[in-house]
Amino acid sequence: MVEATPAIRKTALHAVHRQMGAKMVEFNGWEMPVEYPASLGGGIIAEHTAVRTAVGIFDVSHMGDIRLAGPQALAAVQHISMNDASRLAVGQAQYSALLYPEGTFVDDVIVHRLDEDEYLLVINAGTREKDFSWVRANTHEFDCVVQNLSDDYTQIAIQGPKGVNLLQKLTDADLSAVKFYWVTRGKLCGLNHILMGRTGYTAEDGFEIYVPADEATSARVWNEVLVAGREFSVVPCGLGARNTLRLEGKLPLYGHEISDTINVWEAGLDRFCKMEKPEFMGRAALEKAKAAGVKRTLVGLEMTERGIARDGYKVLDGGGCEIGYVTSGSPAPFLKKNIALSYVPRELAAVGTAVKVEIRGQGVGAVVVPTPFYKRPKKTA
Amino acid sequence: MAYPTDRKYTKEHEWIEVNGTTGTVGITDYAQQSLGDIVFVETPKVGAELTAGKTFGTVESVKAVSDLFAPASGTVTEINAELATSPEKVNENAHGSWMLKLTLKNPSELDRLLSAAEYEKFVAEEAGH
Repeated sequence: MVEATPAIRKTALHAVHRQMGAKMVEFNGWEMPVEYPASLGGGIIAEHTAVRTAVGIFDVSHMGDIRLAGPQALAAVQHISMNDASRLAVGQAQYSALLYPEGTFVDDVIVHRLDEDEYLLVINAGTREKDFSWVRANTHEFDCVVQNLSDDYTQIAIQGPKGVNLLQKLTDADLSAVKFYWVTRGKLCGLNHILMGRTGYTAEDGFEIYVPADEATSARVWNEVLVAGREFSVVPCGLGARNTLRLEGKLPLYGHEISDTINVWEAGLDRFCKMEKPEFMGRAALEKAKAAGVKRTLVGLEMTERGIARDGYKVLDGGGCEIGYVTSGSPAPFLKKNIALSYVPRELAAVGTAVKVEIRGQGVGAVVVPTPFYKRPKKTA
Repeated sequence: MAYPTDRKYTKEHEWIEVNGTTGTVGITDYAQQSLGDIVFVETPKVGAELTAGKTFGTVESVKAVSDLFAPASGTVTEINAELATSPEKVNENAHGSWMLKLTLKNPSELDRLLSAAEYEKFVAEEAGH
């Protein structure tokens, strides 16, 4: 029997992106905008710059949403998630990961506590089904419901220093009262009780909003956001800028910096992994791995000679021996440098270590630099 | 768009403008549009030998690396140094941004290339996919 090729998936805003003339690309089974036309202020570099200096909006509806609710929802989350969800007040969120028993990554996730016994996990597009099956399979002994709400929401990210200002025009919720990594609900574009989280994947301030996924509502909200954003020079942004923005901020991408063959210590995500929790999936393996000593570590590289390091390129030591590989590499439009993340042996991870990146057969000079490459400026009063 | 008729084109979206035995090479407007923001152009050194149809360098956008294919065979006599510091000029004016000049080895190779009208038709078909 021949399996039918799964049809490419589209978000509710797909037609809007096409209408706007966005360049579309296939990403993990989804047809998504990679960049918008210059006539709309688009282009990867222009979009990236807009997010760093003003505001950009992204359709991120391809991401998934899993809801856990019930008397033992917290216990269920604590079992599958490496961070400590018991620290979350209602309305608070945290970055975390779901781990295999080996201490490697099923996915990274943002855990939101929406209510007393209600949690929302926002997960990656490419791992929607895998994560849902995983969460279901590993929480059945807990008294809570586990629901896949991924198709219920159109998720729009509004990111940049003016992001809050833009969104405030469209909602009655007092956004100044919502701290970073907290959420609120309010009336938005005439819709009631809409979830808005001060989260994002750009290393900037901003919000992500979750509106009903029907095409009409989604298009209306997207367009109202664009209109409200005109005074701030809002730019629609695609996956191209999304990737360069998160790379500058050293935010991991599943399948690159984190995967099922990489553990938490190697990825440098220690601070989101609460080993003081007596139990969670992957804990035992992580304890062993820590005792055995971590062999390789994720570092930031900056090219010192002409060339762009890209995903999968080999990293060499000064003598030309292969020591690792680039997990993500690209020009950094805001920093105006060529940067990369790469796994290298512990001994070669010190800032200032000179390495080479193999680009079309030639070793091109690079150096280990501190990360994140970019940190947003602190807002002054 | 109407492509300049003073030159010939390849199916890989390079153009070559010929003056006597000197060819000037660049990429087309269609190429720069498809690539998006160009951040890096890698060209061979002066004196390098190019073979028609073979790769001679790369042009990189933020997201991707694209090979450059030689429209004709010959020896490289000049490289546009401006592209090392301002690769975005290719986006601004692809037909006015040259990458290299070469002394043609075999001018009859040009007969195999597309005219402006033929290239325009080719691009319209490609874009339709």
